[in-house]
Amino acid sequence: MTAAGAHPGDELTPEESGHFGRYGGRFVPEALMAALDELTEAYHQAMTDPGFGVELDRLHRTYSGRPSPLTEARRLSEHAGGARLLLKREDLNHTGSHKINNVLGQALLTRRMGKTRVIAETGAGQHGVATATAAALLGLDAVVYMGEEDTRRQALNVVRMRLLGAEVVPVHAGSRTLKDAINEAMRDWVTNVESTHYLLGTVTGPHPFPSMVRDFQRIIGDEARSQVLDLVGRLPDAVCACVGGGSNAMGIFTAFLDDPVALHGFEAGGEGVASGRHAARMSGGSPGVLHGARTYILQDADGQTLPSYSISAGLDYPGVGPQHAWLHDTGRVSYRPVSDTEAMDAFALLCRTEGIIPAIESAHAVAGALQVGAELGPEAVVLVSLSGRGDKDVTTAASWFGLAEAGQP
Amino acid sequence: MSRVAQRLAAARAQGRAALIGYLPAGFPDLATSRALLTGMVAGGVDVVEVGLPYSDPVLDGPTVAAAADIALRAGTRTADVLAATATLAGQGAAALVMTYWNPVERYGVGRFAADLAAAGGSGLITPDLTPDEAGDWLVASQAHELDRVFLLAPSSTTRRIELTVAACRGFVYAASVMGVTGTRAVTSAAAPQLVARIRARTDLPVCVGLGVSTPEQAAEVAGYADGVIVGSAFVRAVLDAAGPRQAVSAVTRLAEELAAGVRSGNESVATGVARNPSGVSEH
Repeated sequence: MTAAGAHPGDELTPEESGHFGRYGGRFVPEALMAALDELTEAYHQAMTDPGFGVELDRLHRTYSGRPSPLTEARRLSEHAGGARLLLKREDLNHTGSHKINNVLGQALLTRRMGKTRVIAETGAGQHGVATATAAALLGLDAVVYMGEEDTRRQALNVVRMRLLGAEVVPVHAGSRTLKDAINEAMRDWVTNVESTHYLLGTVTGPHPFPSMVRDFQRIIGDEARSQVLDLVGRLPDAVCACVGGGSNAMGIFTAFLDDPVALHGFEAGGEGVASGRHAARMSGGSPGVLHGARTYILQDADGQTLPSYSISAGLDYPGVGPQHAWLHDTGRVSYRPVSDTEAMDAFALLCRTEGIIPAIESAHAVAGALQVGAELGPEAVVLVSLSGRGDKDVTTAASWFGLAEAGQP
Repeated sequence: MSRVAQRLAAARAQGRAALIGYLPAGFPDLATSRALLTGMVAGGVDVVEVGLPYSDPVLDGPTVAAAADIALRAGTRTADVLAATATLAGQGAAALVMTYWNPVERYGVGRFAADLAAAGGSGLITPDLTPDEAGDWLVASQAHELDRVFLLAPSSTTRRIELTVAACRGFVYAASVMGVTGTRAVTSAAAPQLVARIRARTDLPVCVGLGVSTPEQAAEVAGYADGVIVGSAFVRAVLDAAGPRQAVSAVTRLAEELAAGVRSGNESVATGVARNPSGVSEH
């Protein structure tokens, strides 16, 4: 809105000042503004420094295992109206999800800025594990804030983070989920900003995080676009991704924004938007300010944040990245809710037709792709972001499907 | 000149710093909250900061965050905050609302400004709104002649200090430490330096908050600032009280002690950081 006033004389495009239409911006305590400027500057310098790109590319190839493969899901295709389904396999990355792409980039930036400590928020624990991993690799201290509720439903990832040497701090405030973990991480950052980088895990938060995290994740779509062209000789008709904060979705969408390709984001519909128990910010929320940015959020009539709900901890968040809010308003991306039941049905189907156990987050994208495929028909090619693997979710799945005998985990 | 600006000018004319006290509206419930705010004024607070309880208060430590949580659980609404402000103004007190930004945006920035002005409130303190994003608020506050109190921090660059003081009206809020609200054993060494950097760039009063809780600390800060802001200590007094009546007397007593503190601080004024001799100027 008044970004021009903030930088007198600077000719910044809306995106350069951190705005996507009316969304985005920096709604943070003044104490953080200098650090956000420093981060923006360090990021821009790194992007023009060939050495940074070489180092990041080396880690992608030799450490996380990029490029991630594209898998054609032939048997699953029968359940999608015969459409060809191509899975971008971010679940095969080291640490088990797309989160490592962003974390490696920001961890290298942390070192460039001369900071020695990183803090992170985590919901499902995937970003926390990736952060703990990169911190171990680069010799940084790591503290991960996680809602107490999430430390219970994602206990495996808590142990992984501790094995990697990170301190995991359970957050007891509020709803004890991701939202409250972010509040606590921001309080830590305000207090320790001189030594500490806040390694934010998704495309939310104040500028430059939404743009920077998207840029670190766009490798998903850049790779997938050329993999699809190689495999089928043309662009896909549609791209599907789940949207929590929205980093895997922005990562895969960005490469296709200027193409004649339909883009679909699937939010957590929980028990249905009408039930009030969901995390569907676009269809069940409204524009507001949360955690440093203006975007679509779940809020009451007074602007108090409402609790979100999803069977998937990684999608259980009342806000969404501001660029998604903008893409929703402009109509470039369609956003639809996928319920717990639809997601778990797709989860089971992918396990049994393709031998892939997806993260429950990613199962939302698979469920959406089945709908999109059925709508488009057998001639269609549908690209799906399979953002993570489901090892962390086996307890939830066992209880959902009644697979564990009583007293037998 | 707003009522808040008048009180700050009056304190300065007496050769002392002003005392600014914070409590969230509706904490621990609406009825008790009214008595607490009135008690704070009776105890000698010059200006009241009425907090608007918010679900995600990222600049607040555990004490104030707990108070906001209690107030929200008690059913406090935005309209109740405006009503509490109107009650205080009706009693002749100078009051501002301290609020995170989303509740204002949700209420409607122009409508909030109009209703706050009608309630007799002097303006807003906005912990997560800097001038960079304040376009609508600059317009609405101008239209209703409301004070705009933005924060500065020890990490603020010179460019940001200049940008911020140019947008402030009423006074400038200097955060004494890098951190969140809460009581601290020692006052900040960074605060006097920050106040001096701000004073070099504005004639507006500079008030210091974050971490000031005892009369001794208030006296010390009063030695170099135009106002001393105390929040968590008032909240703590309420949380520790056995019941509503005890809470009111504890808050009143704390206000009296702190008011004595800012008055004893004026002895160090003459030898402290140089004040702007021209007094308060309208911005």
